[in-house]
Amino acid sequence: MRRPWWLPLLLFTLAIPRADAQLTVQILRGMAESVPIAVVPLGWDAPGAAPYDVAATVEADLGRSGRFRPLPRGQMLELPHDAAGVDVADWRMLKVDYVVVGQLSPLPDGRFELRYELVQAATGERLLGATLPADRGALKLASHRVSDAIYERILGVRGAFSTRIAYVAVDGPASARGYRLVVADADGANERVAFESPQPILSPAWSPDGRSLAYVSFHSGLPAVYVQTLRTGERTRVSAYSGINGAPGFSPDGSQLALALSRRDGNVDIYVLTLASKELRRLTDDPAIDTEPAWTPDGRSIYFTSDRAGAPQVYRLGLGEGERPRRITFEGSYNARPRVSPDGRELAVVTLDRGAYRIAAVDAERGTLRVLTSGRLDESPSWAPNGADVIYATREGGRGVLAIVAADGRVQQRLAASAGEVREPAWSPFAR
Amino acid sequence: MRLLPALLIATVAAGLAGCPKKPTTVAEAPAATPSAPEEGAGRGADEGQVGQARDLAAEGAAVGAAPAGVATVIYFDFDRSDIRPEFTGLINAHAKHLAAASGTRVRLEGHTDERGSREYNIALGERRAQAVRRALMLQGAGDGQLTTVSYGEERPAAEGSDEPAYEKNRRVEIVYGQ
Repeated sequence: MRRPWWLPLLLFTLAIPRADAQLTVQILRGMAESVPIAVVPLGWDAPGAAPYDVAATVEADLGRSGRFRPLPRGQMLELPHDAAGVDVADWRMLKVDYVVVGQLSPLPDGRFELRYELVQAATGERLLGATLPADRGALKLASHRVSDAIYERILGVRGAFSTRIAYVAVDGPASARGYRLVVADADGANERVAFESPQPILSPAWSPDGRSLAYVSFHSGLPAVYVQTLRTGERTRVSAYSGINGAPGFSPDGSQLALALSRRDGNVDIYVLTLASKELRRLTDDPAIDTEPAWTPDGRSIYFTSDRAGAPQVYRLGLGEGERPRRITFEGSYNARPRVSPDGRELAVVTLDRGAYRIAAVDAERGTLRVLTSGRLDESPSWAPNGADVIYATREGGRGVLAIVAADGRVQQRLAASAGEVREPAWSPFAR
Repeated sequence: MRLLPALLIATVAAGLAGCPKKPTTVAEAPAATPSAPEEGAGRGADEGQVGQARDLAAEGAAVGAAPAGVATVIYFDFDRSDIRPEFTGLINAHAKHLAAASGTRVRLEGHTDERGSREYNIALGERRAQAVRRALMLQGAGDGQLTTVSYGEERPAAEGSDEPAYEKNRRVEIVYGQ
């Protein structure tokens, strides 16, 4: 029998204590041609109040993405609970293109069944119809799954509402800093502290199965790379050579970790560590700085930052025998910290754009560069697993906050903590 | 922290004041005191014995102290790790001091300003620390006396996102007593 999909997530939410500073999301700019949609409150066919407002979460998800324009509930003329009850003429009058309806019902075993349907107002065609069983504590996650399915059916791209983000939160004065490695839902809710330390924490990176994070911590006094299983909190030190131990990046199969090490000679180069055997292989050997490795989705190449040409630029190294690094970025005097899009076609980088550090998307083949953001100190880009958005760190009033920009630059959201700074976001892979 | 050496010197001096037999110990104490443990100083002061002050001096010399009156921070230009000519004298003074006290160890802490990516800045801070390490070794410091660590942009000396703050943050700190 298959394990229910929500079980690992439920356990995950139980395993780690809550963080104090909640992230809140604000949409700065949506798409002009966002899709008008109505998410009708779900029916509830048992005594008392419904255990969860599924429609509110779906509406918030779709609205936050900037791609949809949900109809306020107060403007709805009727509240049908199934596709047969949707009077498309009424919804067309409200200039709505799609209607989401559904029903929440208690199951004999104490769980709930979430049934939902997506109807196209123009034709009356039912585009989606499904049921999800869910534990009470997993109804929010189930709602995110509904958002994922609607997003995919209408836009043709899998939704990423049920994924997570990891980031570093920093608070306290310079003399008494506190660093926390935090994991939250993609909407900023459900924050859990995975690790905390008075010393710097840097560079969180997800394992491809979404179960572990690699990161750099200075808590021993010197930098070391750790891999931590989120469900259990079990932490393993995987790299503590002399000098720099930094910039971990999992290979697509999760068996290897690319690292930036300086070892004894103080020269920062790219290495690959096989996690099971602890075997360490040196990939680059250049007197310049080589750092910030990122694997291509096929696992055959690594992009990295190098200042071998005098200033930081992005290079690509094939992992086959005898291959040499090839320079990818040529526009501008500073391009660093490449992150490869899920389809491998683009890189998100930090670029120096007219005196400001901004996030850009670089065509992986042609090297052409499109600036996506407009801050002055934007950094740490990380792709959503569907490739539609990039999350990054920026400043607002001198404080570190997170922001999300669409891969085409047209939608922007901001996630700010209620206190302290947040930085170095890493978007999780899809749950498997 | 800055007050500690002065206090220790004053305490030791006070403890020795009533003991005319070994006046030279007082002169030796200042160079050694900055990193000395507080309890040693207290003990010496309470008992007022020359012998205790000597122990303190010996302990201090093993841990190592900065040369008196020499700055311990070297500043760098943006995205550079070459040592500016104005810091040559400072580095030579530290190198000479280290060469004369082979038991003294220092930690070279590399830092950058906040601009650009964090891991690149970690690497840049390391390169700055390595540049200072090489310069010290060229002037006679031993490899075994020097360790490096880079904090990149994580530990700014000055807060703020302007050039005056950035200038103070692009630095290597020479930390004695490691």
